[in-house]
Amino acid sequence: MSAAAAVFRRELLLAARRPAEWAQPLVFYAIVALLFPLGIEAHDPALKVFAPAVVWVGALLAALLGVERIFRGDLDDGTLEQLLLADAPAPLLVAAKLAAHWLITALPLVVAAPVLGIALGLEPLAVKVLTLSLLLGTPTLMFTGGFAAALTVGAQRAGILLPILVLPLMTPAVIFGGGAVRAAAAGLPFDAPLYFLGALTALTVTLLPFAAAGALRNAIE
Amino acid sequence: MWTWFHQLASPPTFYRFADVLAPWLFGFAVLLIGVGVYGGLFLAPADYQQGDAFRIIYIHVPAAALSLSIYTLMAVAGGIALIWRMKLAEVAVVSAAPVGASFTALALITGMLWGKPTWGAYWVWDARLTSELVLLFLYAGIIGLNQAYSDPRAGARACAWLALVGLINVPIVHFSVTWWNSLHQGASILSVEGIRNPKISGDMLWPLLVSLGGFYLFFGAVWLRRMQNEVLWRERNARWAQAMVVA
Amino acid sequence: MSLPSLQVRNLAVARGDRNVVEALDFSVAAGEILHIRGRNGAGKTSLLEVLCGLRQPAAGSLEGQPDAEHRHWLGHKNALNPTLSPDENLRFWCALGGHADVDVGPALLRVGLKAQRHRPCGSLSTGQRRRAALARLLALPRPWWFLDEPLAGLDHAGIELLAELLDAHGRSGGAALVTSHQPLPAAVAGVRSLELRA
Repeated sequence: MSAAAAVFRRELLLAARRPAEWAQPLVFYAIVALLFPLGIEAHDPALKVFAPAVVWVGALLAALLGVERIFRGDLDDGTLEQLLLADAPAPLLVAAKLAAHWLITALPLVVAAPVLGIALGLEPLAVKVLTLSLLLGTPTLMFTGGFAAALTVGAQRAGILLPILVLPLMTPAVIFGGGAVRAAAAGLPFDAPLYFLGALTALTVTLLPFAAAGALRNAIE
Repeated sequence: MWTWFHQLASPPTFYRFADVLAPWLFGFAVLLIGVGVYGGLFLAPADYQQGDAFRIIYIHVPAAALSLSIYTLMAVAGGIALIWRMKLAEVAVVSAAPVGASFTALALITGMLWGKPTWGAYWVWDARLTSELVLLFLYAGIIGLNQAYSDPRAGARACAWLALVGLINVPIVHFSVTWWNSLHQGASILSVEGIRNPKISGDMLWPLLVSLGGFYLFFGAVWLRRMQNEVLWRERNARWAQAMVVA
Repeated sequence: MSLPSLQVRNLAVARGDRNVVEALDFSVAAGEILHIRGRNGAGKTSLLEVLCGLRQPAAGSLEGQPDAEHRHWLGHKNALNPTLSPDENLRFWCALGGHADVDVGPALLRVGLKAQRHRPCGSLSTGQRRRAALARLLALPRPWWFLDEPLAGLDHAGIELLAELLDAHGRSGGAALVTSHQPLPAAVAGVRSLELRA
């Protein structure tokens, strides 16, 4: 566990040295949420209907911004080889790294979500459920993104492949996240979709580090 | 059995084996698809609700069935490639993806053509259509990932990992889309239920089954041919490299 | 310290689709320095990666391969994050190896990086970064060293430093496998040489 803790602390230290890593996705998130209302009529009641989707999809895109770089620097400077040769199991180290990235880039988005939700006209209960759904759903996003980053880090012509790999896999998270908020807004029970989100997160957080570690090993071979 | 399997996995043996098998598969495929489509278009009675529009199922249903079967086969081949590091399984993964994507696109297009006369719109956010669309994106990801690598073996193994993770995801996507769709229930969907559980008569069913068999054989033939091409390409490289080492 | 020797039998190493090394037999015992020579593209790095465990052999067997706690890998790349200082990088590697309490000061002093200890690695010269990477070998003593082109980027004094480190390592019963297209300094005792022909 101490090896995982070392990886986790190193990521936090690096984020502290480079505040742009977590600040820029946040600004991007706010801009995306701002542009949506500008695309429709002012005071259009449809805004409220679209708000959950806007906040969720905006969070997905914002969180994906930095994902491509999760392993890039480590591959370039040779850290990745050392991590895979370490005594500690590679999936554990990958999980520590992704957990740190969730804390650095995704948690600020979750914290910002209520502000955006209120600005888009959601009711207090819906705002609460929206924030909770993002809290439960963003780890899935970060771990799936990390897996895709591991797949593409060794590729020579990856281009914008990463979002194409990640976003289809995010369909269930968007459906359950948006569904929970809509159910709450309509006064219906909203716990079932939140449980599904939690289950998705449990599945991805436990299984994907193994796939990501395998993909990383493939990338350096 | 096991030694036979291992021998088959060696590229030259596979190449000769596929060379013999593929024409037979192709011949039977053409025969079955011909009989199935003829039976479906001319012999089967018109549907009492949809008229002749239903006849597209003789293409649509086999294409949709194959789109899922191919993804599953690809993931199984991916598992074999990763566990036993078998070259032929890697070839199988990357050769299957474009074929699977084509059948998925075919299923989507025929589904849309069918949707216009029955639902009144080319696209409705039906659970099956939506998951089929997500499946097309998953295929696109695998094809793109393979092309992104210069080293074919590394690319194929990356695709194998993606196919495996995608395979777990496909049922979750389908379930979530179905759940999402149920929230909309009662709005516009008039005949979707009737199409989902059609009381299909024997006259309509046999051409469908024959056509389905033909499509599977056709896929088998195309897959073998694509694998042959891929194997030839990779082995040509190896021989060329060995010749350089000797010289 | 009695070290099981590393035994290689009928080893083949593949890069991409082709074998770069075939039918290789040798063994390395404690106290030995093995110099792996060969032209560019002969497969020196690929072989070292297989011996160290970074990649799978295409054929053949490896016995006595050291586990993670007993080996150091120094690749082409130095494994130094450019944003962090040599001190921070080194302490991270010690913590990853399960020794978070190691004082990395003496190791950095030994490789001549006392003044650069707290500067970001990105601002150091190529040779200084290579020295920082060498300090990793000293901060955590381990019996097996796998060094890929360690002379690259080092100046004359740096090469002498590496020679001293290798010599001391061999004399204290450690083993090292070193790839280099140029000869190792004569000051290193107990060097055997393995030529890869491509």
